[in-house]
Amino acid sequence: MSGEFNNKTIKWVDDRLPIFTMLKHSAVDYPTPKNLSYWWNFGSLAGFVLVIMILSGIFLAMNYTANTSMAFESVERIMRDVNYGWLLRYLHANGGSMFFIVVYIHMFRGMYYGSYKGPRELLWWLGLLIMVAMMATAFMGYVLPWGQMSFWGATVITNLFSAIPLVGDYIVTWLWGGFSVDNPTLNRFFALHYLLPFVLFALVFLHLVALHAVKSNNPLGIDPKGPQDTIPFHPYFTIKDLYGMGVFMMVYLAFVFWAPDFFGEPDNYIPANPMVTPAHIVPEWYFLPFYAILRAVPDKLGGVIMMFGSIIVLFFLPWLDTSKVKSGRFRPLYKQFFWLFVIDCLVLGYIGAKPAEGAYVLIGQIATAYYFFHFLVLLPLIGKIEKTKPLPHSISAPVLKGGGIPAGATAKPMEKA
Amino acid sequence: MRKVIISALTAVGLTAAATGALASGGPAIEKQSWSWQGVFGTYDRGALQRGWQIYSTICASCHSMDLLYYRNLMEIGFTEEQVKTIAAGYEVTDGPNDNGEMFTRPARLSDPLKAPFANEQAARAANNGAYPPDLSLIAKARPGGPDYAYALLTGYKETPPAGFALMEGMYYNEAFPGHQIAMPAQLYEGSVTYADGTPATIEQMGKDIVSFLNFAAQPELEARKALGVKVMLFLLVLTGMMYALKRKIWADVH
Repeated sequence: MSGEFNNKTIKWVDDRLPIFTMLKHSAVDYPTPKNLSYWWNFGSLAGFVLVIMILSGIFLAMNYTANTSMAFESVERIMRDVNYGWLLRYLHANGGSMFFIVVYIHMFRGMYYGSYKGPRELLWWLGLLIMVAMMATAFMGYVLPWGQMSFWGATVITNLFSAIPLVGDYIVTWLWGGFSVDNPTLNRFFALHYLLPFVLFALVFLHLVALHAVKSNNPLGIDPKGPQDTIPFHPYFTIKDLYGMGVFMMVYLAFVFWAPDFFGEPDNYIPANPMVTPAHIVPEWYFLPFYAILRAVPDKLGGVIMMFGSIIVLFFLPWLDTSKVKSGRFRPLYKQFFWLFVIDCLVLGYIGAKPAEGAYVLIGQIATAYYFFHFLVLLPLIGKIEKTKPLPHSISAPVLKGGGIPAGATAKPMEKA
Repeated sequence: MRKVIISALTAVGLTAAATGALASGGPAIEKQSWSWQGVFGTYDRGALQRGWQIYSTICASCHSMDLLYYRNLMEIGFTEEQVKTIAAGYEVTDGPNDNGEMFTRPARLSDPLKAPFANEQAARAANNGAYPPDLSLIAKARPGGPDYAYALLTGYKETPPAGFALMEGMYYNEAFPGHQIAMPAQLYEGSVTYADGTPATIEQMGKDIVSFLNFAAQPELEARKALGVKVMLFLLVLTGMMYALKRKIWADVH
């Protein structure tokens, strides 16, 4: 097995614990389709952000105090008196927003190119679990600074569970650890906010295990026909991902250094006050589409069901989409509805930020209806009636623009594959 | 692909615009130009010191600034000796001493700015039931930030527009949401005599106090922007090299 390693120490370790073989298989030799576009950078970017979040978070936790009478000020002491504390906190706060931007793009990419289709159903599911864990983590993290939005956001969201018939109120009391959002709530949210990222890390590991079993999808949505269609992950994708990280860091850090409160709410710089309700309670931007769906239904329980349903429906996506063709590139009809769906999500996000009154209510309801219509009616239907474009013979074929050239003839000596 | 980028940008823009529009309940706030704006923005030390003069002589009679310490005044250009003198002008409670008694002593660099009232109840009792908010973060804690603070401080009208029902003990302010504010106008021509001889017009005083408030809310701003410039230059070079390397490594693939 470890005959591949020349270094004696590495060989000695690898014979007993094959971590080097594992690394070599999954980060060096891993055969990757050669036609991946830059949309495929967002997966590794998400992993990169997770690492930044965990590192900055650990150092923040060393200086944070999870107590209702001290939390707000402890955050401000981090900002003012901890060496580079402002950098840690702004990296962490903006990192949360960046994490969602990157993951949402990653998911839309998966939807456009049909990356959830067999045999990648479990890969998609693991990704969705990652998203759910991220949402829980982000929600609880936003509570920790104990500002006005922290407190009232926590109150509104935890109150959703009171919509559950019969046991709802008991569940809410159990979640709070008392009869309102208070010190026990803050304490357990801190504990969970520290725990969940490691759960997230484990899920990401499984996501990668699944990925390396079924291999990466690609913009053509067809399987590699042989070694001529793939290139080793290293150095091709290591350098491509590193380049992407450089570009990403410039966008991310532009916010950190010049607009650190862009994604935040001014109200969260006011210490939490249970006696004063802010004029508008809005969740963080990444929850706005779901918030709009929640509010689209006049009934509380109905709204909660719809909101959770909007995430649950994503788990059924691999079977709701009936098309045999994966990539949107060869699906002229689906392609258009994909963009309509993206616009629908943006509209939902916009409505979620608006007060629930006047035309906003109606627009929100239409957009919510369309969200489910897209998954439950359009996707099954389009797959049946759509006339897809012919698929290329292999990944190499369209790269050479020759189309019909036998795949084997395109292999180049430099590829070493 | 371009379509996607545009949509992604619109998404961010839309939500941002939405949250921004949502947050501002009051009238439009006029944008001011501040020395700390922009990529290389820094604070004007003169304005900060004049702002401190206004805070300490006017605002501090009602508003606390709990997050600031006297030592922080060295960051706005005062020398250590000057700040020690400033601090020594305030009596703070300390203790208990060896006899178990609390005592007062002149404030030191390591003390937080002395608050005008012992607690919220005392502040309300002295202010007709209204609670003057702590000003440490006020420049970040209101939609519009420093522009709003400036508009508020300079937005008082002697008489409200016809038909406006102003409650007893309230004042008409154009910038304040609802236009009724419990704080009377504080800045009048010549309210302070500036130590540096700058003419104390209402606009000048408004700018100076808001500068100080913004410093109080974002004392890290100068360090942040200066580090940002260095980091961004480094990233530009690094990413450029990554791109060149990527091109070179991929040259044999397509």
